[in-house]
Amino acid sequence: MTPSRVAFAAILGKDLRAELRTLQSLPAMALFAVTTFVIFRFGLDRTSLSGSMASGVLWATLLFASLLAINRLFVAEREEGGFDAIRLAPIDRSALFAAKGAALLVYLSVLELIVVPIFFVFFLDSATALLPLAAVLLLANFGLAATGTLISSMAVNSRARDLLAPLVLLPLVIPLMIAATSASEPLLAAGGVSYDRFGTWLLVLGLYDLVFLLVGYAVFDFLLED
Amino acid sequence: MSTAIELRGLRRDFGERAALDGLDLTLARGESMVVLGPNGAGKTTLLRILATLLRPSAGEVSVLGANLPGEAWKIRGKIGFLGHDPLLYRDLSGRENLRFHARLHGLAGDAAEERIAVLLTAIGMERRADERIAELSAGMRQRLAICRCVLHQPELLLLDEPDSNLDVEGRELAQGLIGPQSDCTRVLVTHDAERFAPEADQVLRLGIAEAGVAA
Repeated sequence: MTPSRVAFAAILGKDLRAELRTLQSLPAMALFAVTTFVIFRFGLDRTSLSGSMASGVLWATLLFASLLAINRLFVAEREEGGFDAIRLAPIDRSALFAAKGAALLVYLSVLELIVVPIFFVFFLDSATALLPLAAVLLLANFGLAATGTLISSMAVNSRARDLLAPLVLLPLVIPLMIAATSASEPLLAAGGVSYDRFGTWLLVLGLYDLVFLLVGYAVFDFLLED
Repeated sequence: MSTAIELRGLRRDFGERAALDGLDLTLARGESMVVLGPNGAGKTTLLRILATLLRPSAGEVSVLGANLPGEAWKIRGKIGFLGHDPLLYRDLSGRENLRFHARLHGLAGDAAEERIAVLLTAIGMERRADERIAELSAGMRQRLAICRCVLHQPELLLLDEPDSNLDVEGRELAQGLIGPQSDCTRVLVTHDAERFAPEADQVLRLGIAEAGVAA
């Protein structure tokens, strides 16, 4: 049996190499997010946002941008035989779940490194919320990566995968979005950064991450069966 | 001589249609079997069941001493599978694909590089190995797929029309890796009975919705 860390590194390395070479997901995600910020800016006719409005615009944009990567996460495995290759190898299949989740985590983190500063420039007067917001982003990314990987692996075998993934994923991430927007809201408040119930919402995000990481680990093996 | 493959009453359904129905066969280790039959006879289905990629609907399947599907984990890594798809990523080069598969099978470092170099030379692809799969012809992809199939030195080779897309030179080179002299147990699906049947220890002829063995 090949050690899981070796299989994890091989699959993650392969995915990142392919993305760097083809740039199929990240540029589209970044372009989508920036365009959405522009639409919000003119659609709301506001040059600055704060509190729940700022939090909602940020998280709605990041969530829908993430769908672009989630839809494509397993396409190469499906269309180029990666599922068969992995099922033929002497590896723990949860290494595939972990590697795909890690790849999605990398995509989301890079996306946020690009678009969150742009969001601050577009809508906020100060960047003091950036550091505590990074903690919220990181925890929410783990949840999105775990849930997105699970749903993407289920949807990829369907002919309607582009439709199925968002339809199944969006209801599942409602608790994640409530926690992420609630944790971000006081950070983006008009009067400056506030930490009202910040810890509670971080805890909710952490619990969500834990639940979906465990669910993914438990069921992923069955999803790969014929 | 111990048994490599033993099937008793194998059945596989797709919806209401039986692709395989009541198939019995025994193949000893080191022997080779050619599987013949018209399109839709279940040849590829049989190969995918033996490769642990498909579950049987009924019957007993034993491959390299493991009862499938329950003990499939025991034999993963001992099977070399060459199907209709080359199982190569289009955006990686041939060498990168082989490195990826080598790592999945526990080969790494110099040992992997050496094995890959030997195989690429044997199949005549050393000069094109660093080009992306998407840029290669179907025949070249098939050559690389053959390298992938034998990369981890499997005990059992499951070959589905291995000559597909290969030119005359490619066929000859492929014989060195997956031919009778490879010392593996081999199950080979083909439509070219004249070429492969004479060198096989057994010939299995599958028909639509029924199965039988002809020695």
